[in-house]
Amino acid sequence: MSVPVEFYLVLSGLVFTIGLVGVLVRKNLIIILLSIELMLNATNINFVAFSSHFGNLAGQVFVFFALTVAAAEVAVGLAIIIALYRHHASINVDDFRLLKW
Amino acid sequence: MMIPLADLVTILPELIVVSVACLLLVLDPITPSNKKDLLAWMSVATLGICFIMTAGSMGDRVFAFSDLVVVDGYASFWKLLLYVVSGMTILLSIGYLKEERIDLAEFYGFVLLSLTGMMIMVSGADLLVIYLGIELMSISLYIMAGFKRFEARSIESSAKYFILGAFSSGLLLYGISLIFGAAGSTRLVEIAAAVEARGLDDSLILIALMLVIVGFGFKVAAVPFHMWTPDVYQGAPTSVTAFMAVASKAASFGAFLRVMLEGFGGMKPNWNGLILGVCILTLILGNLVAIVQTNVKRMLAYSSIAHAGYALIGLVVAGWVGTGVSAKGVSSMMLYLAVYSFMTLGAFSIVAILRRGGNEGEDLDDFTGLAKRHKGAAFLMLLFMVSLAGIPPTAGFIGKFYLFMAAVNAGLTWLAVVGLIFAAVSAFYYLRVVMVMYMREPSPDQENETRLALSPTATVVLALAAAGVVLFGLYPWPLVSLTATASLP
Repeated sequence: MSVPVEFYLVLSGLVFTIGLVGVLVRKNLIIILLSIELMLNATNINFVAFSSHFGNLAGQVFVFFALTVAAAEVAVGLAIIIALYRHHASINVDDFRLLKW
Repeated sequence: MMIPLADLVTILPELIVVSVACLLLVLDPITPSNKKDLLAWMSVATLGICFIMTAGSMGDRVFAFSDLVVVDGYASFWKLLLYVVSGMTILLSIGYLKEERIDLAEFYGFVLLSLTGMMIMVSGADLLVIYLGIELMSISLYIMAGFKRFEARSIESSAKYFILGAFSSGLLLYGISLIFGAAGSTRLVEIAAAVEARGLDDSLILIALMLVIVGFGFKVAAVPFHMWTPDVYQGAPTSVTAFMAVASKAASFGAFLRVMLEGFGGMKPNWNGLILGVCILTLILGNLVAIVQTNVKRMLAYSSIAHAGYALIGLVVAGWVGTGVSAKGVSSMMLYLAVYSFMTLGAFSIVAILRRGGNEGEDLDDFTGLAKRHKGAAFLMLLFMVSLAGIPPTAGFIGKFYLFMAAVNAGLTWLAVVGLIFAAVSAFYYLRVVMVMYMREPSPDQENETRLALSPTATVVLALAAAGVVLFGLYPWPLVSLTATASLP
């Protein structure tokens, strides 16, 4: 009846990998930010899956913490991206060359 | 549900710091601009009160919130160090922010918020609590790095810090979720129990361990997770750079050690080789790349990477099995980071007060002939550089001495030799700054152009840093015994 926990692990592993690769190869800051969100949401899948697997509610509480932190992070991140756009009129990471990578 | 009063009392310093931080954010807009200094003094006074409170409960070991938070000697040691460092950052910033025309009291609020995160990190006994602490620290630091928002360089450094910081905490959080799957809990004691029960080659725990190491590797700026460090340190306002280089590194090391020893202490054979590799890579890359830098802030950034490498020697010793000197590794690393804080903060303070026109004098050229123009500043820079290079009788020597002794006692004599070789390499780029200050003549226009923006509070910071470097160099015993008693077993 219930879906085995391994299936959720594979799903979250896939979502996490998509996010990871997205951060590494994409050049647009917004896309990078979204990829980081994917990584965090993969974590949430894990927490919820393990939580129902163990019958342990702690995992669901962790998801609320992770969501809150992700929201705070995005708020600050978008503010930084707007400030950056005002200087460079671009949010492509290749255009930021004032500091050597 | 009621929160027990005893638990709240245990985290009273954190509560005080975070309330004052929120108060500062509210008070900032309604304070007239000539009274902003009062808010800075208010935050320094808060830190003083918390210092006394934490110092008073130094010997205790109290758990709170059903073992989510622990306040022991180890946590208290880091907190005392962090109060001092944050206080010095605030004092340095009072003059610096005015000079840079970013005189907003919310800056002090962010310092305190970030400090709260660090305090939670070092006294977290649960991986998720530690993660929340890391995020509070990092998000405040992203904002502080971009505080000069009208300067493209500052915003750019903030963006780079944000992307790589969020990326690394994503990795860390994924590791934590896997540990939750393996152990059914994120408490460090229960992770240790799960490691015991599931054996050393459990793939779930191994992947999680790897992700946790990578996540912390980013935060302490160890090679190969260091790429953000030079850019962020160079672009951020100098007082923020000093705070990042010192406080966030100390807190990250504090949490890193607790997680590795209390959570993953049972699988030392799995991680000590990895940490050893990271340690040696960090020493090599940090020291070699620092040689070719011509910007002093960037040079100090690579130097801070190199110093993370030295500090990692302490973790390697603590993780070496069957030597019986684990506690020595921890205490020598604590000593090293305490000493490192004073000298690095001092060096960044000199960069912050040295001005060329309206800008910071952060190029090596700006230091040319400084001894002729500003004797005091040049002498203090000499002191900090000598200490960073680890030459006696400064504190830097004492820090390296105890680290290398711990390595020798653990049977890792060759590692101590590697550290010693790279200490000699580092002397080259530190003493080059001294050479430029003392041996070269300033060009005529430099005589007029460069000046010192020395506010009274910056003088206090420089005096404190210099006193730390000299006193701990000549008389290190109080610090040595403090780290020995506060060390993790």
